Amino acid sequence: MAATKMPLAKALNESLRKAMEDNPKVLVMGEDVGKLGGVFRITDGLQKDFGEDRVIDTPLAESGIIGTAIGLALRGYRPVAEIQFDGFVFPAYDQIVTQLAKMHARALGKVKVPVVIRIPYAGGIGAVEHHSESPEALFAHVAGLKCVSPSNSSDAYWMMQQAIESDDPVIFFEPKRRYWDKGEVDTAAIPGPLHTARVARQGGDLTLAAYGPMVKTCLEAATAAADEGRSLEVVDLRSMSPIDFDTLQRSVEKTGRLVVVHEAPVFLGTGSEIAARITERCFYHLEAPVLRVGGFHAPYPPARLEDEYLPGLDRVLDAVDRALAY
Amino acid sequence: MTVEGTAARSTTRRSGGTGKRASAARKKKTATSATAEPELVQLLTPQGERVEHPDYAIDPTPEELRGLYRDMMLTRRFDAEATALQRQGELGLWASLLGQEAAQIGSARALHDDDYVFPTYREHGVAWVRGVDPTNLLGMFRGVNHGGWDPNSNNFHLYTIVIGSQTLHATGYAMGVAKDGADSAVVAYFGDGASSQGDVAEAFTFAAVYNAPVVFFCQNNQWAISEPAERQSRVPIYQRAAGFGFPGVRVDGNDVLACLAVTKAAVERARSGQGPMLVEAFTYRMGAHTTSDDPTKYRRDEEREAWEAKDPILRLRTLLEKEKLADKAFLDAVDEESDALAKRVRDAVRTMPNPDTMAIFEHVYADGHALVDEERAQYAEYLASFEPEEAK
Ligand SMILES: Cc1ncc(C[n+]2csc(CCOP(=O)(O)OP(=O)(O)O)c2C)c(N)n1
Repeated sequence: MAATKMPLAKALNESLRKAMEDNPKVLVMGEDVGKLGGVFRITDGLQKDFGEDRVIDTPLAESGIIGTAIGLALRGYRPVAEIQFDGFVFPAYDQIVTQLAKMHARALGKVKVPVVIRIPYAGGIGAVEHHSESPEALFAHVAGLKCVSPSNSSDAYWMMQQAIESDDPVIFFEPKRRYWDKGEVDTAAIPGPLHTARVARQGGDLTLAAYGPMVKTCLEAATAAADEGRSLEVVDLRSMSPIDFDTLQRSVEKTGRLVVVHEAPVFLGTGSEIAARITERCFYHLEAPVLRVGGFHAPYPPARLEDEYLPGLDRVLDAVDRALAY
Repeated sequence: MTVEGTAARSTTRRSGGTGKRASAARKKKTATSATAEPELVQLLTPQGERVEHPDYAIDPTPEELRGLYRDMMLTRRFDAEATALQRQGELGLWASLLGQEAAQIGSARALHDDDYVFPTYREHGVAWVRGVDPTNLLGMFRGVNHGGWDPNSNNFHLYTIVIGSQTLHATGYAMGVAKDGADSAVVAYFGDGASSQGDVAEAFTFAAVYNAPVVFFCQNNQWAISEPAERQSRVPIYQRAAGFGFPGVRVDGNDVLACLAVTKAAVERARSGQGPMLVEAFTYRMGAHTTSDDPTKYRRDEEREAWEAKDPILRLRTLLEKEKLADKAFLDAVDEESDALAKRVRDAVRTMPNPDTMAIFEHVYADGHALVDEERAQYAEYLASFEPEEAK
């Protein structure tokens, strides 16, 4: 039995270690990833074991990190670049959007840029400005990039290796407030495909769709709703680009109702796209409009207000009530 | 100057030769070995001796010397209190300036009121000199706001967390100053790590091209979280200015007099229309990067101990005592003032109110925005639906 319980952060660490063992072309790079092991310790011990040539402490320059990762990938390496926090990806945004995303297409498919960009993202840890943001829609909007986010240790372990194996650039959003949550990891399992959604809890009355940090919140909401005699299905999307609409459609055809939950602002967010597509696909099955629960059209607030800003049980259940009231 | 020369050599040796982290740098030393020995402007030695420098003469009055001591003491005490408050759970995070008091106080005391400062997030000493109430600095670290002061009331901009961004703002502001024909200067503070950011290089470019009256004040505290300065640059940071077309100078960042003198020269240069200058204050971050950081993972104690011997406050105090410029009454008074400041800060933090929930929707736009109005109204309605149960 290869299953062990470990925190999500440790699962990522084990996954990176495994990927580096399996493929000498895999490199880890970023600020403080070496001796310190990253500010969240995701790369802990890797430099000690794989050396400074494969676990590269970079200068403090995000555009430089991603730009050189692109070059390394063009040369046959598989760089896994860490952006220290969500809000610091923007100096690299130009490289990601104008270069990384488009290079394969521009080269008529002749070059591959298998760069993984790891971003600890979203809120809930009481941090200062720029350390709690959910910029996933800004990346999912860009053709050429794939975006994923694990919600538990097992997915963290497997999705990271799959992202590294992918020949496409993958933005790997790590739900930082779930880093310390423990879960089973079966290192001998055969994982499902990277971009499939997973029904995390079966139910018949309404579907909650979420990814990353909000999956746990939705599972808790489903438990709370069950006490009130309501049966909620929870779909963990796992991938925000592409989105597995087939799995979601099957769920909505069963339940007739959908609430999408994410931390990012609702306006023009991932939930907007899901609402539109599911409305197109499931129009005659829907008993209520697709509702969205998420952040406001406002800067992420200071830590003392983040519990108000972040969707919690109450806000999810409120939307469930509204959807069921139709 | 022999004294400076010695200081320069010893600091250079230190940064290149300690511990494992230097070994990688050593292997590839050829790139740096060709550059000149860094000149370190020093006016006050670690032993508290005054020394002269041909370009940066300064003759502070006893009153000014005591003032610098007081500034540094109060700043250090404020910083220690904030660190303690973080440990007690009153602040979410704190970025200590311990060890960098001379660089901050010396440089800030060189400025006029109408000069403008663009800090990063560790410039508590500069804020002090600018007259920002120190309790305002804590709101951001407590998590009740993202700023906490009006930048224009003290010409001290908000703290900037995204590394290097503010150097461009400072440059643009300085371009505006020049367009206005004003004779004030702008100072951009940043770290050794920040010097790697593209924004900083672009700030240098703009400042040089437009001859902007901006002083780039880099506090090289040797570390960017876990990464040593040599991970950011293969040449001393101050030497980079030459490539952009303006002068750079390295100053002993633990020597408050040298920091004052060199910054004075730099801002006067800027004010008189001679353009930008880069000042690299060679100093040391004595504590952790922030209260979340664990320097034992990457840094050796001996390094810190070596820098403690160069403590910026101690050396000024030695001078004051040796030259009989400060009696016991003065020193005691500063200590008392420190205690009072610490208490004021403690009380202010503990009673700092949480922001109102609806503050989330405040100031998102200057002219208002329909979507924000809609979301505000919806959220208010949602909250009101709980009121019967959760009446406060
Ligand atoms: C663009 C960006 N990338 C990463 C970070 C995370 N970070 C915060 S401080 C820091 C190190 C900064 O070092 P330095 O510029 O030398 O200043 P110091 O903190 O030493 O004063 C890092 C990497 C950030 N704030 N902004």
